[in-house]
Amino acid sequence: MNKNSPKAWLYLLPALLFLLAFLVYPLLDVMVYSVEEGFNFASQTYFGTGLYNFSYVLHDPYFLQAVKNTVLLVLITVPISTGLALVISAALSSIRPLRELFQTIYFLPYVTNTLAVGLVFMVLFQRTEYTDGLINLVIQLFGGPVIDFIDGPYWAKMLVLCVYTVWVVMPFKILVLTSALASVNPDYYKAARVDGTPRLRVFTRITLPLISPMIFYLVITGFIGAFKAYSDAVALFGTDLNAAGMNTIVGYVYDMLYGDSGGYPSYASAAAILLFAIVLTVTCINLLVSRKKIQY
Amino acid sequence: MEIILRNLTKTFPARGKKGRDGVTAVDHVSFTVPDGELVGLLGPSGCGKSTTLNLICGLESPTDGAIFFGEEDVTRLAPELRGVGMVFQNYALYPHLTVRQNIRFPLENRTGKDRLSRQDIDRKAEEAARLVQMEELMDRRPGELSGGQQQRVAIARALVKSPRVLLLDEPLSNLDARLRLQTREEIRRIQKQTGITTVFVTHDQEEAMSICDRIAVMRDGVLMQQGAPQQVYDDPESLFVARFLGTPPINVFHGSIRNQKLCIGDQPVMDAAGAADQEVWAGVRPEGFVPCPDGPLACRMERVEVMGRDTSIISSHSACTQPVIRSIVSSESAASLRSGQPAEALVRFALKPDKVFLFDRDTEARIRLRPAGSVPASERSAR
Repeated sequence: MNKNSPKAWLYLLPALLFLLAFLVYPLLDVMVYSVEEGFNFASQTYFGTGLYNFSYVLHDPYFLQAVKNTVLLVLITVPISTGLALVISAALSSIRPLRELFQTIYFLPYVTNTLAVGLVFMVLFQRTEYTDGLINLVIQLFGGPVIDFIDGPYWAKMLVLCVYTVWVVMPFKILVLTSALASVNPDYYKAARVDGTPRLRVFTRITLPLISPMIFYLVITGFIGAFKAYSDAVALFGTDLNAAGMNTIVGYVYDMLYGDSGGYPSYASAAAILLFAIVLTVTCINLLVSRKKIQY
Repeated sequence: MEIILRNLTKTFPARGKKGRDGVTAVDHVSFTVPDGELVGLLGPSGCGKSTTLNLICGLESPTDGAIFFGEEDVTRLAPELRGVGMVFQNYALYPHLTVRQNIRFPLENRTGKDRLSRQDIDRKAEEAARLVQMEELMDRRPGELSGGQQQRVAIARALVKSPRVLLLDEPLSNLDARLRLQTREEIRRIQKQTGITTVFVTHDQEEAMSICDRIAVMRDGVLMQQGAPQQVYDDPESLFVARFLGTPPINVFHGSIRNQKLCIGDQPVMDAAGAADQEVWAGVRPEGFVPCPDGPLACRMERVEVMGRDTSIISSHSACTQPVIRSIVSSESAASLRSGQPAEALVRFALKPDKVFLFDRDTEARIRLRPAGSVPASERSAR
């Protein structure tokens, strides 16, 4: 079979055309935008080229706040959601009765609309004139002070955002991990049993290494997903994220393009490139680490 | 360590609807494995031999019956407390650990007063590796080893904790034909060297016959027959056992007994002293045919296959249950046969009485003839 047969390229052409038009061209265009200073959509003009856009974005307090929020979100939610998902799927695989029911329950958030989930979180966390929200009622029950999670202090808002994100991303991780656990050859466990291996040691020395490729996959995609967080914040804090101080990097890009302060495609592109650089770096580090750890 | 199975029964619950009967994988099996012997559990797929092994190992618990290791009743004992080493069909070597780590694994599990020092673990692992001749490849991972090497590592891992009993589940089924021959010698050598009581499960009768001290033939969860391989081969108690042992397989004819004579077709072919007139299955081992110009059994000649030392005569007979009769004769007698007879002609055989077994048409149980008509049983097993 000739690997460079022109026929093969012909068959690939439709897919390639779409890829070029909708993926490669926009990517290059973003890079071009990011170096064109003061680009105006309406007149399609700009003053000149240079790195001023990056400098502006990097000195914009809103962007720095967004970076801080995003990084915090990533660092908190990825380990917690992966760890929790691991615990839950390990528990799911070791129970027999009601397993299907629990699997369904844990999978529900995956098929639920982000904004609908946001509404549920409002009921749980938001203070209105009529109620302090369910969580606050519970806190009061234990004699704690009422906290405004939606309009209150930064840590409270961050807490809600993290809880929300963990809750939303967990189902997929549980799904992947339960199937990874199920695909471990049961003979390994039988062999371990015959050798009298304690349960915890079976988990840490056999199960974890065997499913580690899946865990790393989840961590990498989790990092990428969390860096791209935006809709979660909107669902909780509304569209004016800068005012709430809960903007994310993607939110910042969106605001620069279409928000109240919109109409700055150059700044938006520069911010997007910066996000790309961050995600690329983190993913490369992740891959390097995983290659060192996974050795079979 | 002697292993005694007493009335061992394992019934798996029926899946799905209630009220349906479960599957009885092992049905009242009683069986003794003498100390230090290599015993093969033999049978077709699904006959319950692997379940029996799992029961001995402790991975399954029996519905009924008891298992003794020597004097000790281990029926309700967890596998790790029984002191068994198990080699799984696919070896179950941990792919992320090196050979050394795999062999060390069972020893590292020990805690409390059984805990071994690092030096002891290293020494024992080295010993086990040397026993299976794998000490050169200790730092490889299982993925970098051939099937035969993986097999040996699995045996080393099973033996490193000095178990009382070694259990092997289809140990050779994942190997190619040549490696299989080599590895079965290897298993025999290791077993002899360690003197460990070993049970091994196989569906390949040749494998079992060649290396086992004793074999136990199972069918549908029932132990059909046990004994030394040659003894079981020479004296099968049922048509199933006769059919299962031996390559090429036994030739089975529709026969009948009339006036103390075995008739195949309409021809009386052999004395059958002591048997009542009845319809029977007559099984004739391939080596039980003697070509002879005035032999009573006339078969249609198909072809002759020469394989050096001996020759197979492929012929057919309307009363035979198989399409062809495969008989093995010495090359000289085959040569005389070919020169004397034209192709496509009849070939006549006389039958060796001790290679012919008669079975009841319905129960398929062996019909014993009076010793006058055949070689006495005591003489047969002595050979």
